[in-house]
Amino acid sequence: MTGTELTLDELRRVLREVAGADENVDLDGDILDTPMEELNYDSLALLEACGRLEREYAISLDDALDSDHTPRSLIDLVNRRVAARV
Amino acid sequence: MSTAVVVTGLGVVAPNGLGTANYWPAARVGKNAIGRLSRFDPGRYPSKLAGEIHGFAAEEHLPSRLLPQTDRMTRLALVAADWALADAGLDPRDLPDFDMGVVTASASGGFEFGQNELRRLWRQGSQYVSAYQSFAWFYAVNSGQISIRHGMRGPSGVVVSDQAGGLDAVAQARRQIRKGTRMIVSGGVDASLCPWGWVAQMAGGRLSTHDDPAVAYLPFDARAAGHVPGEGGALLILESADSARDRGARVHGEIAGYGATFDPHPDTGRGPALARAIELALADAGADAADVDVVFADGAAVPELDRAEAEALNAVLGSRAVPVTVPKTATGRLYSGAAALDLATALLALREGIIPPTVHIEPDERYGLDLVTGQPRVATLGTALVIARGDGGFNSAMVVRSVS
Repeated sequence: MTGTELTLDELRRVLREVAGADENVDLDGDILDTPMEELNYDSLALLEACGRLEREYAISLDDALDSDHTPRSLIDLVNRRVAARV
Repeated sequence: MSTAVVVTGLGVVAPNGLGTANYWPAARVGKNAIGRLSRFDPGRYPSKLAGEIHGFAAEEHLPSRLLPQTDRMTRLALVAADWALADAGLDPRDLPDFDMGVVTASASGGFEFGQNELRRLWRQGSQYVSAYQSFAWFYAVNSGQISIRHGMRGPSGVVVSDQAGGLDAVAQARRQIRKGTRMIVSGGVDASLCPWGWVAQMAGGRLSTHDDPAVAYLPFDARAAGHVPGEGGALLILESADSARDRGARVHGEIAGYGATFDPHPDTGRGPALARAIELALADAGADAADVDVVFADGAAVPELDRAEAEALNAVLGSRAVPVTVPKTATGRLYSGAAALDLATALLALREGIIPPTVHIEPDERYGLDLVTGQPRVATLGTALVIARGDGGFNSAMVVRSVS
């Protein structure tokens, strides 16, 4: 079933599934504005996460990695694309 | 005069033991680890046996970040590297990045990971293929992941020469240490026990089709009819003898000599070149044939290859002059892990003065070899010769020596 809104908890689930979680990072903490690099997710981990989000939300995130992201900016981007879905 | 290079750490991941403390007691008594494949159902294939590593739970040894991006062989290699570093008493965080390198051998890369991604590609579409496929399949990925994990930025690489790779990689590591790198993680770990890997190996025409582990893989036996594949291998920590001494490290032994040759084209009629590789290794070690106390043979279990190996050993060392053993009869042939595990086994044998046996075989006397079978043999051992050959014509030989 296609997702309708990405939440932080959902993003946490996706990240854990596609890229695991760093032992020194508290993914369940206040991470909304933490850069992905600081959460120890490199570009490949994000590529993998975006691929999963593309499929689950039926959107394109081809340009997502053109800029650095925090969980907040990625969630906003996904939900904007979902809203623009025809 | 070239710098002496020694082994200060061992990390073993083998079908008959995870970790040296489990592996050596099993190898010493020739405990069989070959059985019917359980990782996938081999029912439709003519070859059904393998040396599998059971009970390896990667999540118990590795951080979750590494799991989605690693094939089984890389997980095993990362754990073997951890164990080798611990055995050497080395913490990579204590050494400058460019003082440490990684040179491993690989014969198949990440086959199972690649097979799963191919399945996704064809069943679901390209969007479902993992981004990690970009490196998880690649032959150099074990070197890469070990290097990244531990910040080892010195000379690194991969050697791909089928089952000779384990010796070739260690030889390359020795070269780099002689050029000035302080420490190199070397050896090889392979794991391709998946349907795609299986059909690839069967296509090579060398796999045994016997269903009984007791008669499936019989090198130097009149009944030899191919080998049984296995997974795993060993990683070794190499440093200069001076570096080891300066930090008071325990030394397993010295990589004293190495030789490698490539067989000429069959049409030339010049015959295989293994004897020359052995001679080169002995010369490199400054050793005579009489110095060799034990041979860890390649043990291909293909009659022409067994004959070639026996002829080379007899020509250089003298018939029945030296005990010969093939401990990989208990594990199967481990591809890039085979010779690395043989090196580790040779070092353990030298330390304890025990030659682990070749299992299952009834030696064919026509080969003229003194094969250690049944029971381990107690002996005074100072120098071991390890032989490894790769499909296509690779011949490698390495001399390892005790260090007093």
